[in-house]
Amino acid sequence: MTLLVTVFAAAITTAIWYKRQPDGSMKLGILSWMFWGASLMWLIDAIFEYAEIGAAYFTPEPADMLNDLFLGLSVVALALIIWIVILLIWDPKGVIKAKLLKKKEK
Amino acid sequence: MACFLVPMTEAIVTTVAQKVIEKKEKKAGVQTVTSADGFTMEKTPFSKKLGWLNKMLWGGSVLLAFEHVWHGEVVPYFPFLTAASDPADAAEMLHEMGTAGVCMAAIVTVVWIGMLVVSKSLEKRALKALPATK
Repeated sequence: MTLLVTVFAAAITTAIWYKRQPDGSMKLGILSWMFWGASLMWLIDAIFEYAEIGAAYFTPEPADMLNDLFLGLSVVALALIIWIVILLIWDPKGVIKAKLLKKKEK
Repeated sequence: MACFLVPMTEAIVTTVAQKVIEKKEKKAGVQTVTSADGFTMEKTPFSKKLGWLNKMLWGGSVLLAFEHVWHGEVVPYFPFLTAASDPADAAEMLHEMGTAGVCMAAIVTVVWIGMLVVSKSLEKRALKALPATK
């Protein structure tokens, strides 16, 4: 479930990044790379788990599924926080700089 | 248990490599390619392409580290990895790092190499198409 949530997040952010190119001012590429990297790593995790428990991998207990979904959503939230922090520090549109300069003028 | 440490280590190495290559590229200046028809295009520097790998490795390993915190395998106090406090668990952890961890780092690197090949062929195709698009 965590893998699924991350793959969906990766595909959606990549589609949004592609639509906004060549603008790139929202730094969506970073978010997209993060999700793809995590998806690939969880894919390996899933393969190892499948090799260990076999077909039972595809029939998880409802409680485990819910926990994995909760984890997947938390992972997406963490990635979004990292992206927002990078965006605000990088400040490609100069919004933060403009705000700070405005404050200094007063 | 601690499989994320392997791609994280690779991320540290590739980040240092990227910084070194970036410096060398800045010294060498902008690299361009010219088509048979005389059209010139700026090449995407290798350091930028290495940045793709960095972002995938860092992003993936940070999100995976969070999963380990979630499952109580990483803790904010010494020895930070719960498996490290027991020799039997530590051996299992090292085995997992050697198998799953190495595979994780390898798959991200293989995908990145595939992207390098694709981007190279796209650059060539774009260069060929330039006169037609003008």
